[in-house]
Amino acid sequence: MENRLFVSSSPHIRSSETTQRIMRDVTIALLPAAAYGVYNFGLRALVVLVLSVVSAIAAEAMCQKIRKQALTINDYSAIVTGLLLGMNLPSEVPYWIPVVGSFFAIAIVKQAFGGLGHNFINPALAARAMLVASWPVQMTTWTPVTPDAVSSATALGIIKEGLDVPLPSLFDLFIGKMGGCIGETSALLLLLGAAYLLYRGVISIKIPGIYIGTFTLLTLLITGFDVQLTLVHILSGGLILGAFFMATDYASSPITPKGQIIYAVGMGLLTVVIRFYGGYPEGVSYSILLMNVAAPLIDKYTKPRVFGGAK
Amino acid sequence: MGLLTFKGGIHPPHAKESTEHLPIIDFLGPKVVEIPLRQHIGAPCEPTVKKGDTVKVGQLIGAAGGFVSANVHSSVSGTVLDVRKQNTAYGFDTCVVIENDDLYEVCETVKPKPDYKTLSGKEIVDMIKEAGIVGMGGAGFPTHVKLSPPPEKPIDTIVLNGAECEPYLTCDHRLMLEESEKIIKGLQILMHALNVKNGVIGIENNKPDAIAKMTEAAKGTEIRVVGLKTKYPQGAEKQLIYACTNRSIPSGGLPMDIGVVVNNVATVATIGNLFETGMPLVERVCTVTGKGIKSPKNIRFKVGTPLKALIDFCDGYNGTPGKILLGGPMMGVAQFSDELPAMKNTSGILVFTPEEAKLPDASACIKCGKCVTTCPINLEPLQISAYALMHDYDKAAKFNALDCIECGSCSFICPAKRPLLQTIRVAKREILARRKK
Ligand code: SF4
Ligand code: SF4
Repeated sequence: MENRLFVSSSPHIRSSETTQRIMRDVTIALLPAAAYGVYNFGLRALVVLVLSVVSAIAAEAMCQKIRKQALTINDYSAIVTGLLLGMNLPSEVPYWIPVVGSFFAIAIVKQAFGGLGHNFINPALAARAMLVASWPVQMTTWTPVTPDAVSSATALGIIKEGLDVPLPSLFDLFIGKMGGCIGETSALLLLLGAAYLLYRGVISIKIPGIYIGTFTLLTLLITGFDVQLTLVHILSGGLILGAFFMATDYASSPITPKGQIIYAVGMGLLTVVIRFYGGYPEGVSYSILLMNVAAPLIDKYTKPRVFGGAK
Repeated sequence: MGLLTFKGGIHPPHAKESTEHLPIIDFLGPKVVEIPLRQHIGAPCEPTVKKGDTVKVGQLIGAAGGFVSANVHSSVSGTVLDVRKQNTAYGFDTCVVIENDDLYEVCETVKPKPDYKTLSGKEIVDMIKEAGIVGMGGAGFPTHVKLSPPPEKPIDTIVLNGAECEPYLTCDHRLMLEESEKIIKGLQILMHALNVKNGVIGIENNKPDAIAKMTEAAKGTEIRVVGLKTKYPQGAEKQLIYACTNRSIPSGGLPMDIGVVVNNVATVATIGNLFETGMPLVERVCTVTGKGIKSPKNIRFKVGTPLKALIDFCDGYNGTPGKILLGGPMMGVAQFSDELPAMKNTSGILVFTPEEAKLPDASACIKCGKCVTTCPINLEPLQISAYALMHDYDKAAKFNALDCIECGSCSFICPAKRPLLQTIRVAKREILARRKK
């Protein structure tokens, strides 16, 4: 028996948590809101979602084949990227948009920088930003949700443009009866998914909590404590989707405990600045992307103090 | 008061159920004991017996090879078959091989010590040194060295480690239940020797019976028994001291730098026993357990008993063994063979099945940061590991690799199953090797 004894360095046990389990949990958490998007925007939304996911998987497999690496498509990470991108697209986009977007997200943003864990910005968001910049018209054509909806504009669009149409009711905003990207509208179902991720320990409340908290506080201040308007802001423009599912992307957020606080506050601040003083009605995507870029620097300056080390 | 603890850490499965309720049983059976002359950190001992000599229990067979070293005594009575080099858990060392005559005749030098209150600190420390007592929690550091701090480092607190935070192991737990008086006595002796008023015993709260028993035994003394949160590595020196006294050992420092001496409960029970009976460290309790063992047990064995004999005493292996560990699953050391002697610091013999022995394949780091939040020392294991893999040891040193206490929490928690501690160890070794140059 001697030779069959396995010898390795300690520790000799490992937790049951795996990358695959984490990514699968994220996929599960996104599904309710995605499904609601299909219900809301119709079959076209489903086609867009499927195209994004399938293209993401194909792009991942292609890159790894070309570089003769082991295929890792079963770790669910490409599925998460594809799904997030799809959920961040309007349902009216031409069908080549999700395909181009997913290839960009996976091949350029993720794989070109070394694959899983090496993307310095969120691939889905980067792809969306690229698409908006390249094809602004296609990317901002919104579908009216209900036949009686007067305009297809999003709630934030209405506020920004000062359009003379009624804002959706807070209740509609909460359950998601409004225009917007496929997966960003239902705060209720996104929060349900987020609760699942929190319960499974995949994300911590820290980043989304501080992000939304900062945003809420500043919006209250700017609007002169207009609670109604502040709530409209929180519930629309993909803030919930962004805060819980994209700002928490492991690879593109800081890893130090202090760094994560700075990062989250920064996103809250930027989102307010863009929404209230910038040219775009939204701002969540750009805020996250900007803070993604800053994350390595933040990490560098927030190294945790070693136990018993000098202050 | 909330439960005392530290920041970070993990919650591995306890896996203590199979032995925590089993009383300690003696194993007197070894036909032959192979007693290594190096069972401690420091210089090996010089043999004081030769082939053909008859020896008795407690007789000196190896004399300490310096101040940082510890005497070795015979654990049985019988005849010395050989003094030879052989494999031990520490490497390839000289061992005294003794044929056990099963009489357990006690050596004349073994006599109860005088009342400790009549002794000076130096006399007590000398007796402990004489008795070859080492840290029995795992490291095997000679106890008398710990008890001889330089005069500029006054000690005001002695902390006993009863945390037993390693999964599977239950020997300290059983000892606290069955020999609480010896532990209290031993601690009182140490407190007297160092002229210290503060004695604290820290026990994880998954052992409420041990906390109750020790509290009971400590009644009427100055000793405090404190419940600690059940969390790994609660029993690591820095974490234990922090939880029990709220003091932090400075980076790169020792407990004595903040006036504390830490000892394991098993070590202190042996000291209690030494003063009661005069018997040096020749036996100890260990937990033989794991799915690979037929009937797990808490066994008091004679130092030098072959592992195989202890395993057979537990009805042998359960199928083919996959991995044999000395110690627990977090910090224990995997062995190449079961043909090794159990030693003074063997707190556990853990046998895994071949399935349990397999480690999952590592995949790319997903930068989840779990290793960072988990590290009880606040390191960034992913960074140290990454630089170690790139052979950039200067960078690894900048990320404080040397502060790592090798608890393994980071490797345990990593979802990508990266060999974090393994690579950090390489970095530590390289950094130290370069500093020496
Ligand atoms: S726990 Fe593992 S995957 Fe997560 S950051 Fe640390 S090394 Fe990377
Ligand atoms: S880096 Fe060292 S001290 Fe920190 S968790 Fe890993 S093994 Fe423990």
